[in-house]
Amino acid sequence: MVPLSWYIILSAVMFSIGVFGFLARRNLIIVFMSVELMLNSVNISLVAFSHYLQSMRGQILVFFVITVAAAEAAIGLAILIAFYRNNPTIKVDEINLLKG
Amino acid sequence: MKYTLIPLLPLLSFIINILFGRNFIKDKAHWIAVPAVAGSFILAVSAFMDVLAGNVINLNIYNWIVSGDFQVSIGFLIDQLTAIMLIVVTSISTLIFIYSIGYMHGDGGYYRFFAYLSLFVFSMLMLVMANNFLLLYFGWEAVGLCSYFLIGFWFHKKSAADAGKKAFIVNRFGDFGFGLGVILVFLTFGSLDYAQVFGNAGSVVGQTINILGTDYDLITVICLLLFCGAVGKSAQMPLHVWLPDAMEGPTPVSALIHAATMVTAGVFMVARCNPLFNLSHTAMNTVAVVGGVTAIFAATIGLVQNDIKRVIAYSTVSQLGYMFLALGVGAYSAGIFHLYTHAYFKALLFLGSGSVIHALHDEQNMQKMGGLKKYMPVTYAVFIIATLSITGIPGLAGFFSKDEILYRAYLGGDTGKFLWLLGTAAALMTSFYSWRLIFMTFHGKFRGTHEQEHHLHESPKVITVPLMFLAVGAIFAGYAGIPPLLMEHGDRIGEFLSPVLGHPHGEGTHAEEMMVMASSVLVALAGWFIAHKMYVKNPELPRKVAEMFKPFYNLLFNKYYVDELYGKTIVQPVLKISDKVILGFFDAKIIEGIVNGVPNLIGAFSRKFRQVQTGLLSNYGLAMALGALAIIGYMIFMR
Repeated sequence: MVPLSWYIILSAVMFSIGVFGFLARRNLIIVFMSVELMLNSVNISLVAFSHYLQSMRGQILVFFVITVAAAEAAIGLAILIAFYRNNPTIKVDEINLLKG
Repeated sequence: MKYTLIPLLPLLSFIINILFGRNFIKDKAHWIAVPAVAGSFILAVSAFMDVLAGNVINLNIYNWIVSGDFQVSIGFLIDQLTAIMLIVVTSISTLIFIYSIGYMHGDGGYYRFFAYLSLFVFSMLMLVMANNFLLLYFGWEAVGLCSYFLIGFWFHKKSAADAGKKAFIVNRFGDFGFGLGVILVFLTFGSLDYAQVFGNAGSVVGQTINILGTDYDLITVICLLLFCGAVGKSAQMPLHVWLPDAMEGPTPVSALIHAATMVTAGVFMVARCNPLFNLSHTAMNTVAVVGGVTAIFAATIGLVQNDIKRVIAYSTVSQLGYMFLALGVGAYSAGIFHLYTHAYFKALLFLGSGSVIHALHDEQNMQKMGGLKKYMPVTYAVFIIATLSITGIPGLAGFFSKDEILYRAYLGGDTGKFLWLLGTAAALMTSFYSWRLIFMTFHGKFRGTHEQEHHLHESPKVITVPLMFLAVGAIFAGYAGIPPLLMEHGDRIGEFLSPVLGHPHGEGTHAEEMMVMASSVLVALAGWFIAHKMYVKNPELPRKVAEMFKPFYNLLFNKYYVDELYGKTIVQPVLKISDKVILGFFDAKIIEGIVNGVPNLIGAFSRKFRQVQTGLLSNYGLAMALGALAIIGYMIFMR
């Protein structure tokens, strides 16, 4: 039996990697993947707690998260392609048109 | 009540003409205006008959303002004084309306002219028929407004527009005092109704009012404030400056508003308030002195003016001075009597001069006239009648009223003799400048252009017939008040007015009366003699005299530099303050500072704050992460 704390640690590590990737990488696709990583790390902790607490609520929430993540990925990639057609770059620091 | 129609008919004419005049009525405007005032005249005569039969009408028609203790109604008082004023206003209005048909013929603003003139008649009738101070004030301001409209009737002419403004602004000074007076009347008596105010007038004798630390007699303050309004409206010293300029308006306007009716509103008002004025010796003396000084002051200016209408305008100021002189010595009925006769002969003089100006195609300078006698016999004849009347030749209207005033001045108290001297001297000048006007205009050789001489003609019937009617008035109006010396109980107008205005004090001997009468006739003849000598016998003499007394002549010709004085002391400082302080500082700095400052401040802030919005995804991500960390930190450490 794997203790709960391992899951939490795994989740925390994955989340931290996701945050680091989101902040540090310049490629927009990698940034997207980092976001997915953060979402999935949260999913892991949700499932872990669900199992630990013998409650299905956490797992229901996970389905929602996966659904939203799928929709977000689809829309995000669509925006990315549309943007790339006008402005052939996917580097995050070159995409700064919406500034004050 | 049928007399309500007296002011309403002209109002109706105004409404119809102003609404439909431009597109539908156009040059038929007189078909509405003339019947309206003629209707008012007929009703006024019937009202007069009613009053003559002993019925004084005092009727509230409508509760205008009810606010706690402050209650004002629209109501009419038709007593002896109002009845006389009604006759004067409506009869002269009717004649001048008819005259205007000819005089204003073909003018682009024909309908507008009749509309304003009707509005004026309405306002004037409201003024004289009011039974309380607020309604009087309404009429008072409304006639001022109409006067402004009509002086500036030819508003595309700058001088006319300026003259209109000048009249309005100068009147503001007087009306400010008048307004304060009305307020003070309410504060003192708790009512604005004539009957209540005059009924309680005796109870406030001796009360004082504290102004800036000094106590003044309450009644005196009220009277002087009310008199301020009269000084403005009736063009007395020192607010007389607007009236000569008002001659920029069409001549019928000068005749109706600036000679016969509106400018006499001040006289009417003081006479109406006689129960108040009687209680204040100071106020009465002020009225008398202002009147006497104005009479001679304006007459001296009239001696040297060359614009035909300005001469008559100064003559009006001078005659108004006589009326105030009479009021001031307590001879109210003499003042009203002179108002009534003056209305006829002065309207006649103005309309006659209008006829001359019309014939000469808008030439007003008497130096370019002359010899019109043989071209315009009717105008000449009525001019002679009016002049005989104004100079006080026995048998004509002006003689009776002027003689009455001078006699009352002679009998009147401490300053009386002095005022009588002023009045007699002014009479001499009146005679001189009136005859000078006749000689310069109608005698000698024509001095205008050949073009003008070619077109000289007598005016059409629509102009001359009203002149003839007025001439009848200028001759016979005076027989309402024959002095007791000539006829026992001849002063019918004084008797008629006595229930309202009381009897003048003081009784003189027959000898004194004879002396006053003889002296006034003598100066009238002397004025004719000098004018005849200077302008008919020796046409070179006036220039020599002017050379001889050059500084004095210049002083008179420039109207004592009063306009320049006001320009320097009031107009220019006001303009300067407006420009530098109000516009340059208050408006540019404070108002615009607030208006522009608020958006500028917000703009400056947002220029700084919008830097936060970098457009870089990683910056937003960092902010979110740090925010999340901060929340976690708070959760862990602070709870």
